[in-house]
Amino acid sequence: MTALAQAGGDPVLNIGIFTLFVAITLVIVFRASRNTRTAADYYAAGHAFTGPQNGVAISGDYLSAASFLGIAGAIAINGYDGFLYSIGFLVAWLVALLLVAELLRNTGRYTMADVLSFRMRQRPVRMAAALSTLAVSFFYLLAQMAGAGGLIALLLGVTSRGGQAVVIAVVGLLMILYVLVGGMRGTTWVQIIKAVLLISGAAAMTLWVLVRFGLDLSGLLGAAVERGGPNGAALLDPGKQYGVSGLSRLDFLSLALALVLGTAGLPHILMRFYTVPTAKEARRSVVWAIWLIGLFYLFTLVLGYGAAALVGPETIRNAPGGVNSAAPLLAAELGGPLLLGLIAAVAFATILAVVAGLTITASASFAHDIYANVIKRGRVDDRAREVRVARATAVVIGLVSILGGIVANGQNVAFLVALAFAVAASANLPTILYSLFWRRFNTSGALWSIYGGLATTVLLIVFSPAVSGNDKAMFPGADFDLFPLSNPGIVSIPLSFLFGFLGTVFARDPSDPARYAEMEVRALTGAGAEKAVPH
Amino acid sequence: MSMTERPTGGPTDAETWLAVQSGEPFRELRRRLRRFVFPTTVLFLAWYLLYVLLADYAHGLMSTRLVGNINLGLVLGLAQFVSTFAITMLYVRHAGRRLDPLAEEIRERIEGAGEDTTPRRPTEGGAA
Repeated sequence: MTALAQAGGDPVLNIGIFTLFVAITLVIVFRASRNTRTAADYYAAGHAFTGPQNGVAISGDYLSAASFLGIAGAIAINGYDGFLYSIGFLVAWLVALLLVAELLRNTGRYTMADVLSFRMRQRPVRMAAALSTLAVSFFYLLAQMAGAGGLIALLLGVTSRGGQAVVIAVVGLLMILYVLVGGMRGTTWVQIIKAVLLISGAAAMTLWVLVRFGLDLSGLLGAAVERGGPNGAALLDPGKQYGVSGLSRLDFLSLALALVLGTAGLPHILMRFYTVPTAKEARRSVVWAIWLIGLFYLFTLVLGYGAAALVGPETIRNAPGGVNSAAPLLAAELGGPLLLGLIAAVAFATILAVVAGLTITASASFAHDIYANVIKRGRVDDRAREVRVARATAVVIGLVSILGGIVANGQNVAFLVALAFAVAASANLPTILYSLFWRRFNTSGALWSIYGGLATTVLLIVFSPAVSGNDKAMFPGADFDLFPLSNPGIVSIPLSFLFGFLGTVFARDPSDPARYAEMEVRALTGAGAEKAVPH
Repeated sequence: MSMTERPTGGPTDAETWLAVQSGEPFRELRRRLRRFVFPTTVLFLAWYLLYVLLADYAHGLMSTRLVGNINLGLVLGLAQFVSTFAITMLYVRHAGRRLDPLAEEIRERIEGAGEDTTPRRPTEGGAA
């Protein structure tokens, strides 16, 4: 039997389990939609979720298919170097917990731009923050949609490009439906259900693997080394992937910086803090998220080495979907077609939920920031109209990402996620921190750090080896890789902090002390913060 | 819900915010927050960077076997998880004991004062 047949399991079973998930979530989304009337409902679920609920939803938003399939696969193939990702992804949450979540909840209502423009000139800063939000969401969205194609090949046995395009379109249309009908409340429930499925599925597999090795982690590692053959021992030590050259080491350092500083600047994560009624609940949600995400990454460590030991790197590399197939192959090895079907459905649900979260964020930012505040200058009397614009935007974004996903299917788009994190860490985080903590920060400073960070990051990526100059690049034929690193963070993050500083210092417009007083007092005490909408 | 796009806190005006900001209770709250979060952030970022640099450049050291197949790199990596969980718990305790009560006190004073300055009857913001 070939690896393909083993990996694909039973497509009918996989599709059946996935359809069940879609049916259940759709019912819940339709029920949730009955309470979605106002802008606060659509954007922020009426600020009415509890901390623990939102914490589970955050982990649902954050643990993308890249986290689950990507990291498990990276550990199975590259060993220790795959583990390094999980650590950056987890430690990053301390930035959100200590510096951002509560203060953001207290000073904003729906979007990141609410906070960044709080004490600045509204229109230019909102526009900049909204563009940065749209850029990050779009890069992230495209990466998820393109990844869906490869996953489909593996899990449903759809190998033709046309067939994959159809499935990408189905994923996109479902996601549009969730967002249109359910708004933030429905999307949040989808995240919660998906997170519970994903984390409990990973927990069950982890336990299964550990039991097979007599609860002996060292024994599991030993088995992975043995299965790996002559190169097996390298699995346990750092450097298998990034230790190749001085440049690759620097690249890793750059990625590590973007991971740890990017999370607290991801707009779809920031927006989740508005779905709870108070800053204290925002804190509780981050605490829940940290525990869940931390546990999940511990599971992926076992799953990755488990796949290396039980499936073997050769089989994984040769399977359709390559590295990403490690976790599904492990599921097939452990529990046969049924477990594979469950894990496949969970992986699908993961893509669907993350894509829905990104879409609602982008649509909220367009409708609330660009339409209502920049174009209409804050004079939208009819709130329902703003929500209609948001819904229309969600449809447009959904259709664009379906097209993008079909075009990018099979392309090397891993750099898109790195790009999203780098923009978040460069354009967003410095601006957020300066706004919250630096009295002198002003409109020019905010514009400099957002546009400076955005431009630097995008330019460095365009001229990086991820886009041109080698076989693995997006355009292997072209050759304009002037910047040697695939991850721009190590240059773009310090530069953006510098831009924000210089823009502030050299500006002619001073900061507004009264607005800063209001912002700071509100941020720290919660006075005048948006309250939950009673239903 | 008729609100201007600048989220303003209902009846509270600029002078109140400035007065609260320069008052001793608020300055104490800010001190308590910053004295915890700034050093802790420096600490965990430095510890994370140290770990990344070791994993990136000190392969020999990180490959040292400690127990069976478990090497120093794995133990330090797991230690990052432990320190993240520990800082989370410490912050929750600090916030619950040292920040929340004071923040609540100041918030009640502001929202109470807001109602006092509009003796007619709070029309908007009062419900918030």
